[in-house]
Amino acid sequence: MTAPATTARPPIWRDVRYLRVLFQAVVVAVVTGIGLWLWNNVQTNARTTGIPLTLGYLDQPSDITVPGNDLRPTQSVRDAIGVGLGNTVRVALAGIVLATVLGVLLGIARLSTNWLLSRLAQAYVEVLRNVPLLALVIFSYIAVFLRLPRLENATTVGSVFIASIRGVAIPWYRIEGSSLAVAAVIVLALAAGWLAARWRRRVNEATGQPAYRWTVGVATFAVVVVVAQIALGSPVSLSGPAVDGRRISGGITMLPEFAALLAALVTYTASHIAEIVRGSIQAVPKGQVEAASALALSPSQRMRLVVLPQAMRIAVPAIGNQYLNLTKNSSLAVAISYFELTKVTSVSIGNRAPAVPSFAVLLLLYLMLSLALSAVVNIANRRLELVER
Amino acid sequence: MSRLEPATAVGWARVNLFADRRDTVITFVTGALVVVLGFRLLRFVFVTGRWDIVRVNLGLYLYGRYPRDQLWRVVVAVIVVAFVGGALAGIIARRRDAAARAAGTPTDDRRLGTRLRDLAVRVWPLLLLVVVLLALTSTITPTLVALAMLAAVAVGRVLGAAWPRRVDVVFFVLPVLLPFVLLPFLTGPLGWDKWGGLMLTLLLAAVSMLASFPLGLLLALGRRSALPAIRTIAVGFIEFFRGVPLVVLVLMSDQALGFFFPQSMLPGKVVRAMVVFTIFTAAYVAEIVRGGLQSVPRGQGEAAQALGMAPWRVMGWIVLPQALRNVIPALVGQFISLFKDTTLVFVIGLLDPLTVADAVTKQRDFELSNFAESLIFAALLFWVGSYTMSRESQRLERRLGVGTR
Repeated sequence: MTAPATTARPPIWRDVRYLRVLFQAVVVAVVTGIGLWLWNNVQTNARTTGIPLTLGYLDQPSDITVPGNDLRPTQSVRDAIGVGLGNTVRVALAGIVLATVLGVLLGIARLSTNWLLSRLAQAYVEVLRNVPLLALVIFSYIAVFLRLPRLENATTVGSVFIASIRGVAIPWYRIEGSSLAVAAVIVLALAAGWLAARWRRRVNEATGQPAYRWTVGVATFAVVVVVAQIALGSPVSLSGPAVDGRRISGGITMLPEFAALLAALVTYTASHIAEIVRGSIQAVPKGQVEAASALALSPSQRMRLVVLPQAMRIAVPAIGNQYLNLTKNSSLAVAISYFELTKVTSVSIGNRAPAVPSFAVLLLLYLMLSLALSAVVNIANRRLELVER
Repeated sequence: MSRLEPATAVGWARVNLFADRRDTVITFVTGALVVVLGFRLLRFVFVTGRWDIVRVNLGLYLYGRYPRDQLWRVVVAVIVVAFVGGALAGIIARRRDAAARAAGTPTDDRRLGTRLRDLAVRVWPLLLLVVVLLALTSTITPTLVALAMLAAVAVGRVLGAAWPRRVDVVFFVLPVLLPFVLLPFLTGPLGWDKWGGLMLTLLLAAVSMLASFPLGLLLALGRRSALPAIRTIAVGFIEFFRGVPLVVLVLMSDQALGFFFPQSMLPGKVVRAMVVFTIFTAAYVAEIVRGGLQSVPRGQGEAAQALGMAPWRVMGWIVLPQALRNVIPALVGQFISLFKDTTLVFVIGLLDPLTVADAVTKQRDFELSNFAESLIFAALLFWVGSYTMSRESQRLERRLGVGTR
């Protein structure tokens, strides 16, 4: 049974096709109108105050001195922003690695059957998660790292760790000779390890023998690195820090600002990651663990082969979000004078750079960082995603 | 793996602390850590910490430069809020009992003493804060105010449980209307730029919370809209504000927002900060609500449509209520973030507790010392607020049975 075909259209004010277009046109007009009004205001204000809206300031001298960097005040704002970007990336990368390690450990401790350990991890998470990050940053800077002793009576642990008002020094690698050769060796070793792992997987798929992909891959990588190290006459060495009169020699010294920001970001983000790890492991259905027990897998096999791969699938998007947050939160450095992007921009505005273009550049850089990071997270996510038919 | 519940303390310890050799080692190592940390913490709080810096400046942390002769306004507002809160608790308890009686399920028959004890356990962080604050004051007035608040809560609770059901609707509308009455009352002849301390934090958080919810809802609907132009605008707005750090936006509100408005229209610093917090939170609220909308089965909307409901009714009566119920915990989480993020006004020099905590150490009496005491006190203010909210949100989550229905 079909309805009789009508050619009569509803009146225009009730015709959905017209209304859709009309509604969208109105919204677009309003949004554009507001945008134009704001832009017009910017131009008027720029004219009356004589502050330009162009990017010409990027080539002006920046007047910025960054502690621990050989940037000269006469160098351009562009160079200063470059240094700031480098510092943002540095603190974000270090933070991501350390926060992941600490967060995963805390998450596992939280699930421990040991009551005391689990409660201690819980206390850590509940305290750190509910305190403003800015309070942690400021606390860690002025109440911890600026209160460290002077270099003469620094806290030292052998030649591994020196903490003083000058910063925190830890061992670091040192390259003698060509660093290009070292990079080439590492790339070569990575390739060898990857090939070895692929070979083991092929063997496993063809014959069913145990793969040991990671063991074989890592071992191959290590062998190549060690052989190259011996063959090239030890170009890479580990140097521990040592107090050398009024300065620290060897190792790498983190400035108090960097160390304070890193410590705050890591402890705070780790508390969030710990909750994600706990939640994702608990979210794996109980039947999975029971089935694994029924197959006589050992506790560690159960964790490694059954629970973790499924928990990872739940955890990765949320942890990726935390990485994004950590990167954006590194801008809190503006409160403690660690010269990353935001601090550099805010100081250069103080040094007469025009505010509107400066912030436009800053926002654009953060958007690019966010996009790049979320692209990486998405790739990881896709690798882990359940393949459904 | 279920375990038998051990009856004695020794049995409990054997299962939970000394199950095997590894467990015992963990217990001793962790125990040593706990003892050392606990000892140092207690010694700092009660012996070595010099809390004079907080004692002297307590008013600054709590209300900044709000004029002292106007403080009665704050007292009145706090007592009104306490009364309304108590009344709401009473109404909810009465309704729950009525529902339980109607359904024939057991009602809540705990004795008054037990109830009070349970309540104290539930809100212990708040009680801790009150005790700390009273310990830091030397006059009688704060204690009287605290007692008056308690009395207001109790009176509200009793009245709320007693009065007839048709009055209830007033009290469900009141929490939404209250800010519009209390804010002008508190601002009085002063203007918002006089607000400071914890009051400023609560003001920023409350206004941004209330304003960001409708905006976020609109953005979420826009993002789910079938109309391409609307969707593009909503997506652009949401993704832009989620991709940039809040600090940068707060800095902009101070240093760049002035360029976007005629000088005559430019509001004060506090209002500009509110606008920034609102827009930023709205972008996140939008994503949360979108998740909720996606969690409602498509059949719900289709069934409503089949019943002949207009599209806006399908959304408003069928889809949105279910979507919002699913995302209440996530929304509370976002508002906790907002509450903590209000500290970012530090970078534009507004006198929130964190700014105060930093500034008072520069007073001559303290000569750049006692940072730890000052900052820990400010952090405690935020910790109590945000921990209480997160606990209540978990309770609510259990009660709503999100994820279990």
